[in-house]
Amino acid sequence: MERRCLIMDLQQMANIIDGRVVANGNESRTGYNTAFASDLMSDVLTLDQENVVLITGLATLQTIRTAEMADINCIIFVRNKKASPEMISLARESGINIVECRYTMFRASGLLYQAGLNPVY
Amino acid sequence: MKFEYDIEGGNFSRAGFASSEVKKKLRQLNVDIQIVRRIVVALYEAEVNVVAHAWYGKMTVDIDEEKILLILDDEGPGIEDIDLAMKEGFSTASPEVREMGFGAGMGLPNIKKNVDTLKITSEPGKGTRVEMITYMKGGKNEKS
Repeated sequence: MERRCLIMDLQQMANIIDGRVVANGNESRTGYNTAFASDLMSDVLTLDQENVVLITGLATLQTIRTAEMADINCIIFVRNKKASPEMISLARESGINIVECRYTMFRASGLLYQAGLNPVY
Repeated sequence: MKFEYDIEGGNFSRAGFASSEVKKKLRQLNVDIQIVRRIVVALYEAEVNVVAHAWYGKMTVDIDEEKILLILDDEGPGIEDIDLAMKEGFSTASPEVREMGFGAGMGLPNIKKNVDTLKITSEPGKGTRVEMITYMKGGKNEKS
């Protein structure tokens, strides 16, 4: 069966996973069509693609820094992980959007995949 | 043009600050966006290594028309076996480093992938020096 691929904006993604936008660091003009899920930041740093959405359960300052270095401008925190005020401030400064979501990484990834986001490979 | 930044060993909340500053500088200098991306990924991995393993470090970035030279010099325990440290999956990182999403033995191989030349020298008990060069033209950026 052919997969329907979609470009979605921040709020559409948040709605699909019943999430909440907690930092709106940038207005993405192109929208998002690709996502990558990992708790290992070294793994994230090996990605060659741009404009990828990072789905992770690792909520630390280094998650924001990693996104900044990898040119990722949207992070979805799953498993009810919360972004600290320091993380939100760094995200805004770096032009990064953050969505918090209570679903597991598997469920959030599954829903976004079903809705049309692509894997990186 | 030369910039220098201090890196504090063990201070995880500040890890990445120097790399972030370099990224801003390179963008201001209109360096190619793909080159900037590769350099800051390598630089950030190297900075995290200093924070994770050393006591103190210094990052030097030297930019000219032909290339960007990045040097991280640290005072720390050093690396006993550099060939082993370069192997993917090998790591001596602490649980604290792993909790930050690092320490999977992927850092040095990823640095190597993202720069044109990588040279590591180390004296156990004293420290480590990581030298990286990226060429503005003709390097990996044009091959990929």
